[in-house]
Amino acid sequence: MLAALYVMAGIAIALGAMLGFFAIKFRVEGNPLVDKIDAVLPQTQCGQCGYPGCKPYATAIANGEADINRCPPGGEDGIRKLAELLGVEFKPFGEGTAQPKPKAVAFIDENICIGCTLCTQACPVDAISGAAKQMHTIIEPLCTGCELCVAPCPVDCISMEPLPQTIQGWKWQYPVFTLKQAA
Amino acid sequence: MEHYLFILIGTVFVNNIVMVRVLGLCPFLGVSKKLETSIAMGLATMFVLTLGSGASYLVNHYLLEPHGLAYMQTLSFIVVIAGFVQLTEMFLEKAYPPLYQVLGIYLPLITTNCAVLGIPLLNVQEKHGLLDSFLYGFGGSLGFTLAMVLFAGIRERLEGADVPQIFKGSAIALVTAGLMSLSFMGFSGLVKL
Repeated sequence: MLAALYVMAGIAIALGAMLGFFAIKFRVEGNPLVDKIDAVLPQTQCGQCGYPGCKPYATAIANGEADINRCPPGGEDGIRKLAELLGVEFKPFGEGTAQPKPKAVAFIDENICIGCTLCTQACPVDAISGAAKQMHTIIEPLCTGCELCVAPCPVDCISMEPLPQTIQGWKWQYPVFTLKQAA
Repeated sequence: MEHYLFILIGTVFVNNIVMVRVLGLCPFLGVSKKLETSIAMGLATMFVLTLGSGASYLVNHYLLEPHGLAYMQTLSFIVVIAGFVQLTEMFLEKAYPPLYQVLGIYLPLITTNCAVLGIPLLNVQEKHGLLDSFLYGFGGSLGFTLAMVLFAGIRERLEGADVPQIFKGSAIALVTAGLMSLSFMGFSGLVKL
């Protein structure tokens, strides 16, 4: 009976010491709120919110510098999740800021393209192939639909084509967690 | 050498912990909706199971049996496994925070994954040595990962498939698991352990 107690106590102490050691070694640093907000954002890195990517936007939200209704790829769902996470009221997309659209990829009309490479430079994910004075084309699977290439085109040959849902393109919805405030 | 190969083949295919022994169904059904998370879950379980079965052997061989405490096996194994799960959790939170969030509750629940407890107990029952125990744990978790990954792949395809309304969701998943289990029966008799 006593031996059993000693053995269990010994195991518990040994494991406790090991866990204590690794708890210090693997301590998580950084602002947990930024990570939580970043996890809600869709990670398209499109910059439509006015920040260079999702992480900077998340940092700005955490610091109270940006509103939560700036992320079109996230849609109203995204705003709702952010509102829930931060404990603030839901806000619709503001007038004059970016609006949500159906998922689309860019399409270059190759008859018009003059090969100026301006769109290649604008693309944040290197989804446009082509060289100077050569025809450019979109690598569709890589395109995030951020529309950054549309504005620089001098001959307006880039349009956004909505993407139909297929078995290959289908993906899981982002999970929605309901957060409860601890009493 | 052949003996070790047989243990691996035996645990991965012939006596696959999920498909043939039907242990560890909670994560098998719970975290198999996406391929990436199922791989991650498989790897996390692999870490816990391999180290857990080795440590359980040491605890059993050097602490429990010499003192006639074999009746404490289940309890002490669970404690050892829980410790390793905590370690995995801390490591994942530090190294792969997104993964840590995706796995969520299923990570601490590895503790109560009966496959993780089942393998150390089977080790005791079959009187394996230290190396055999390690290998048995590693092979078992490899088999677990294999089953998870196969199942997740099928489930991803099923999401886009035209499944009759009454079969949608868990129903078709369970039917699929049953059919997979049947196909693993094809390995029986491949290796004698």
